[in-house]
Amino acid sequence: MRHAARDVISRRGTGLASIWRYVLAGLGLAALLVGILAVVYLTAPHSASGPDTSRSKKTASGLFMASFEPERGVIRQGELQSWLLTLKTAAGAPVEGAAITVSGGMPQHNHGLPTSPQATDYLGGGRYRIDGVKFTMSGWWQLRFAISAAAGSDSVVFNIVL
Amino acid sequence: MRRLVSVASLLALAALALLGGCGRPQFSDAEKKTIASLALNTLPALKADTTNQYADVPAAAALGSTLFFDVGMSRDGTVSCSTCHKIDRQFQDDLPQAVGVGRTNRRTMPLAGVARDPWFFWDGRRDSLWAQALTPLENPLEQAGNRAAFAHYIKNRFGERYERIFGPLPDLSAVPANASPLGTDAEKAAWNAMPASQADAVNRVFANIGKAIAAFERSIEPPQTRFDRFAIDLATGTKPQGDAAFSPEEILGLKLFIGKANCVSCHNGPRFTDNSFHSTGVPPVKDLPPDRGRIDAVAQVQADPFNCFGKFRDGDASACRELRFMVKDGQDLVRAYKTPSLRGAASRPPYMHAGQFSSLDEVVAHYSKAPAAVEGVSEVHPLDLSDRERAALVAFLKTLSE
Repeated sequence: MRHAARDVISRRGTGLASIWRYVLAGLGLAALLVGILAVVYLTAPHSASGPDTSRSKKTASGLFMASFEPERGVIRQGELQSWLLTLKTAAGAPVEGAAITVSGGMPQHNHGLPTSPQATDYLGGGRYRIDGVKFTMSGWWQLRFAISAAAGSDSVVFNIVL
Repeated sequence: MRRLVSVASLLALAALALLGGCGRPQFSDAEKKTIASLALNTLPALKADTTNQYADVPAAAALGSTLFFDVGMSRDGTVSCSTCHKIDRQFQDDLPQAVGVGRTNRRTMPLAGVARDPWFFWDGRRDSLWAQALTPLENPLEQAGNRAAFAHYIKNRFGERYERIFGPLPDLSAVPANASPLGTDAEKAAWNAMPASQADAVNRVFANIGKAIAAFERSIEPPQTRFDRFAIDLATGTKPQGDAAFSPEEILGLKLFIGKANCVSCHNGPRFTDNSFHSTGVPPVKDLPPDRGRIDAVAQVQADPFNCFGKFRDGDASACRELRFMVKDGQDLVRAYKTPSLRGAASRPPYMHAGQFSSLDEVVAHYSKAPAAVEGVSEVHPLDLSDRERAALVAFLKTLSE
């Protein structure tokens, strides 16, 4: 690279055809533009285009507020873990006696979940233990809950990106 | 104007120099993190197996080792576990399909790290190492024995060693010489004629045979490789020296493995496996019986009296979560097979569940092309790798065998 730079400097004084100079300058400017674009692309936050990974959200028809968290706080890839699904009504009252089914998978990989998680326990306060959750690979996972309770039936999808 | 042009050119050249690779690190931080997650030093200590209270009892492992290599543990006295799981060949046999008393329809799996598996066999039709060890003993194509005969054999040959570990053997004087619920018609009839308490006693001896063999197999762990030495140096910022240094081709292969080729999606963690089942469109072998993989194994593991829910399990049922939460149906399971570990794979062709591919080149070519599955849906998509990229992947895979 240093040799190339020296060439440019030395050629300036040799009366090189002006057309060649403009071609060189054009190439240089184009390269500079590519460089700037590359820097902008590499430093831009990538999460902007990813799925919504919020752990707390309204269910599809707005019947419940749902939140979904790993019971022990951290996600460990490849291990069977229990998570907590907390359900509240729009007014903030805990949802009791809900029937919950779990499905999901990896939208970009043509496959469902590697396990069949189930709602195994009601822990009070609208909290349900969802046991048997396992994420076997990194990437975008979806967990879909179909919820049926006194207030009606609704569903919610949580995106988890590992 | 001239000066402006010169300055612009110099700036452009400087920008190119910065972006063009001078001083650019070989791996991004994300890549480094993935590489570190594959290194053997991240393999956690082997967990206790609460379903087998003898799993870490040395005398049980010693008896298991004896049984593993004992050809007496077969119908005709010619086949042992080690016939197919050869100790000097990574505990596999280099054959497309294993040959015991007869020829089976599946490739022998190597055993390094096997005690870490949640599921056993290519299709996961057993859910513990000790339940797995029992299955070939009675398979007519493998060891072709029957559990009554095994109980007698243990009593006659290893009675004292057995009793020191497992306690008194049952009275077998009234047990037929040959009987099993899975055997020939005569063996089944003999089994069905046995009182329940007698069948239970034989089953318990049989289960303990599996527990001893499993205790031995727990000692078989994967060795460190060139890749691990490279990965540890990369993680610690040390310049890899000697054989820990990777060639440019091996580095390209590693980058493809964890990047564009998506291999690491399934072949992840220090064992290079996600311990799960996937259909990758591997073609069936013509002259073998139909093989639908995981979808047909679900009922088998559920029906196995030696599974985690069965009465031969030690400890409590909290150890049975894999079985409890297993996926029982769906298209995903059709012709789905377990992700094999890639450690040592380069030196043990042929590949896939029935030895379909004779070289790593063929394996990589398959994933690059990603043909549709004959039944069910393949999870892999065409990669259209160049010749150079395919060769680089193979070069990288070889570093897991050196």
